[in-house]
Amino acid sequence: MTTGHRYLPTGDEDRREMLEAIGAESIEALFSSLPAAIRLSAPPDVQGPLSDQELRRYFRRLEAQNRIGGRDLACFLGAGAYRHDTPAAVDHLLQRSEFFTVYTPYQPEFSQGTLQAIYEFQTFISLLTGLDVANASLYDGASAFAEGVLMADRLQRGRHRVVVSRTIHPQYRHTLRTYAQNLELELVEIGWDESGVTDAEALASAVDDDTICVAVQSPNYFGSIEGWSTAVEIARRHGALVVAVVTEALSLALLQSPGASGCDIAVGEAQSFGLPVAFGGPYLGFLASRDAAKRAMPGRLVGRTLDADGKPAFVLTLATREQHIRRERATSNICTNQNLCALAATIYLALHGRVGLRRLAEINLQRATVLRERLTGAGAGLEMRFDAPHFNEFMLRSDRPVERVLADLEQRGVLGGVAPGGDYESLDDCILVAVTECNPPEELTRYVEAVESIARPASVVSVG
Amino acid sequence: MYPDDLFYTDEHEWVRIDNGGVTLGITKFAQDELGDIVFVELPGVGSVFDAEDEIGSIESVKAVAEVFTPIAGEITEINEALTERPELINQDPHGDGWLVRLKTDGEPDVSDLMGAAEYQEFVSDSDEE
Amino acid sequence: MSSADREPKVAWRHEELLFDRSRAGRLGVQLPPSGVDEKPVSELLPDEVIRGEISDLPELSEVDVIRHFTRISRNNYSIDLGLYPLGSCTMKHNPRINEETARLPGLAQVHPCQPVSTVQGSLALMWALEQALLQLTGMSRISLAPAAGAHGEFAGMLMIRKALDARGESRRYVLIPDSAHGTNPASAHFAGFEVKELLSTDRGTLDVEDLRSAMSDDVAALMLTVPNTLGVFEDRILEIADLVHEKGAFLYCDGANFNAFVGKARPGDMGCDVLHLNLHKTFTTPHGGGGPGAGPVGVAENLVPFLPVPMVEMKAGKFVLDSERPQTIGRIRSFHGQFGVLVRALTYILSMGGAGLARVAEGAVLNANYVRNGLSGEYHLPYATPSLHEVVFSDKRQSAHGVSTLDIAKRLMDYGFHPPTIYFPLIVSGALMIEPTETEGKEELDAFIAAMRAIAREAAEDPALLHGAPWSTPVRRCDEARAARQPDLRWRPEAQDAQDTR
Repeated sequence: MTTGHRYLPTGDEDRREMLEAIGAESIEALFSSLPAAIRLSAPPDVQGPLSDQELRRYFRRLEAQNRIGGRDLACFLGAGAYRHDTPAAVDHLLQRSEFFTVYTPYQPEFSQGTLQAIYEFQTFISLLTGLDVANASLYDGASAFAEGVLMADRLQRGRHRVVVSRTIHPQYRHTLRTYAQNLELELVEIGWDESGVTDAEALASAVDDDTICVAVQSPNYFGSIEGWSTAVEIARRHGALVVAVVTEALSLALLQSPGASGCDIAVGEAQSFGLPVAFGGPYLGFLASRDAAKRAMPGRLVGRTLDADGKPAFVLTLATREQHIRRERATSNICTNQNLCALAATIYLALHGRVGLRRLAEINLQRATVLRERLTGAGAGLEMRFDAPHFNEFMLRSDRPVERVLADLEQRGVLGGVAPGGDYESLDDCILVAVTECNPPEELTRYVEAVESIARPASVVSVG
Repeated sequence: MYPDDLFYTDEHEWVRIDNGGVTLGITKFAQDELGDIVFVELPGVGSVFDAEDEIGSIESVKAVAEVFTPIAGEITEINEALTERPELINQDPHGDGWLVRLKTDGEPDVSDLMGAAEYQEFVSDSDEE
Repeated sequence: MSSADREPKVAWRHEELLFDRSRAGRLGVQLPPSGVDEKPVSELLPDEVIRGEISDLPELSEVDVIRHFTRISRNNYSIDLGLYPLGSCTMKHNPRINEETARLPGLAQVHPCQPVSTVQGSLALMWALEQALLQLTGMSRISLAPAAGAHGEFAGMLMIRKALDARGESRRYVLIPDSAHGTNPASAHFAGFEVKELLSTDRGTLDVEDLRSAMSDDVAALMLTVPNTLGVFEDRILEIADLVHEKGAFLYCDGANFNAFVGKARPGDMGCDVLHLNLHKTFTTPHGGGGPGAGPVGVAENLVPFLPVPMVEMKAGKFVLDSERPQTIGRIRSFHGQFGVLVRALTYILSMGGAGLARVAEGAVLNANYVRNGLSGEYHLPYATPSLHEVVFSDKRQSAHGVSTLDIAKRLMDYGFHPPTIYFPLIVSGALMIEPTETEGKEELDAFIAAMRAIAREAAEDPALLHGAPWSTPVRRCDEARAARQPDLRWRPEAQDAQDTR
């Protein structure tokens, strides 16, 4: 093969020299340990090599088959993934090769940039969750939730029951069930009350002395702000831990933190901090806990120490919890964290800071409130399903079939929300609506007008 | 190098018998292998173990080693100083770096354990491997 | 080496933490006005759920933030600077066109809950990637859901368990060679299995007799890395697969080392029942300092029903996301997968083509053997067996001078190279695992070989130089014992630590 390739620096001349130096007849001779029976007689049937120009065309063609919020449609979808503006500086910094091409910082002398950024990320998550220590991130909110429950299990040896609110994101609960399927855990799910938050009575009767932990989400999947106090109070009666779940991390800027309310472990999704919604990934799971529990924590941890000259230095630490040392007795099998995503979040949080983050959360709340008022006041058969307060997401009930409503809205250029009916039978007449700073006032108006035009009888054929 | 009044296991634990009970720790060889010790996980006072049960673990920066008791018994005391200063195990493994004390039912059985000279030979052989 | 040579050649500036840089009144963003009539928050939310100010969050301008991260980035070595020969990590060049395609707004701004009719492009992309990976691996279906190799391993072990359940069997054990990566036993354990270790022969291959005696009706699976962590291919792989299948067990292939034979052979043809791939290894998606990666898990026909959900399917000419799989192990994460990573992997595959990927493996193997040849005069090779894409040396010769693998690794940094993987695999004492990958040219390999030879000389002539290395990096050797004994895992506002002042 004599044609060069931009990612293969070794040309024919060098190849000959190297084979001679090794004393090998040919490159094929180097593969003699592969049994002949499995050697491919022809290269795999995969398209390429494509030039940059052809690649651009290929992916733009794919792009053209998608429609996106902002440009093509007004998008009001949330349900665990939230559209937020990312400041330009984030991506520029992420594209520094010193950040994105590097490996895990096992050699601290060469990796202080990565390590310091993780230390800062851990600090941000601790501050936002109100807990003592946070790890370097996990894959996503759902797996972080599962890992958080397993961590609670390690801390409460001898107990078997895990009480989980059904107001937690369905995919998170599903993931927990997958993770726990071969462990001796008793998963008990409890429902919600009239106001749209975890049913306190059901919670109280489900928690007993065999309970490892109680898991609740706030704001919950319906958008309702539950707060943490009820769960904490009930869990304490039986010495159970509280695992707090947060899917919209921006809410932590405005709402009472899990740590301040007495929760033991906080887990969730930090995608809101500078990561595009990107059809579901890569996202950013986080996990934080009280200091005393840190040795039971899964995932990487970065600590600050001194180097041989007495200068401050950062290192991976408490590594004996992890798979590369503990192997089958590790706190998790996890090897990667979502490092570059954590870096994006750190930069995002640094840019917004104390004032910006709070103000952004307020903008979200204000716009969501206004849209909610206008939609429920539009005379279009939409009302709030629950009366609990909400942050930037709320659930409406429609007197028309939800599929129809959403399809009609889409025709009018509005992705009106997510239908929870697939996961919650009793809520099959509902729509989950998210509003962020990415929905400018014109889009709120477009949504309201779309709803009004759907409700207006277009002909004598049918009404509502 | 290895105190005469101790008995040794092939997992590099030592025990000292006195009229109060049994003291247990890990040997100089073991702490050399582990390196700087950073954390010690010890059982609760009152825990009961059979011979050869795992009673805890010792962590260094790069490794973790389980600790086994050669003798059945009930834990009567743990070395609290190790919480703040796990490096005591490196500094004085046969003395201040002790891990736990146990009380036994009757006389503790040390017949399967090595004496100092035998253990010294055992670890020298290991070094040569 | 005089003391002048030991002094740092570059003055590295210590950059304080973001939180210490904070100055009241600074802001790094311009937020849009809400554009709506605002009500006081206290009217919208009950007092008890409203948080007070998070006073410890920093206040920084965009200038502060750009400076901060630019400065600390300079403390990192990166693959764009030179060789990064970490064994089993496959640190190869990260193509820039991948970064462009992943950032196309029509791919990056798609919400995962959008109606399927509005995301046909994203689904087509996932389908195309699956088809390409099937061509390369010879498996029957691949799930793109797992977020990393370990995640894929976990899913694979859960599928094996579920398949056994479906047969009405419950088997306790998973067999894993002593040379295996730590995620293997950890994943098996989390799937509810007990792990039994198998021995390696003095050729570094799996001891087939040990396997034969360990195989029983109580063994669920054998987990093999092919080639293994010594860079050695299991030449008796077909025999091994037969032994495993005869007893009704499954063969799991850890695909971390796929770079060694991609395009030359396929795990599906070796009798592999389930494998995972690391897209951040063979398929160039960036390591990012530790992620995000992706670990697609592929299966043979017998395990297809158990794949995690959702799977991308084609129905009546349209793509859909299918979660109606009655025997699935379930969801292992939210939404559909590490989509942004998948875009990059597909971009790379198309930029290479099938024949190109075969050349990738050829280049990887040639480069590793060239390095092996260049260093075997100075460094001890524990196994004479031929290496494929990575080679493992030990510090046996250098330890005669009191120099360890750690010292060698640290000194390599003074020569401007990232160290290889050290102390892994565990079956080699003082292991130095070198994987150059195919994206290195001969001159870079020659420079690396020269540096390693110089270090071998230094080990004999001046061990103290190595014990104190590295000398010229942003920080010197770190007190890891202190970090573990007195964990300092976050900045605290009241911290009075002694720090370098700027």
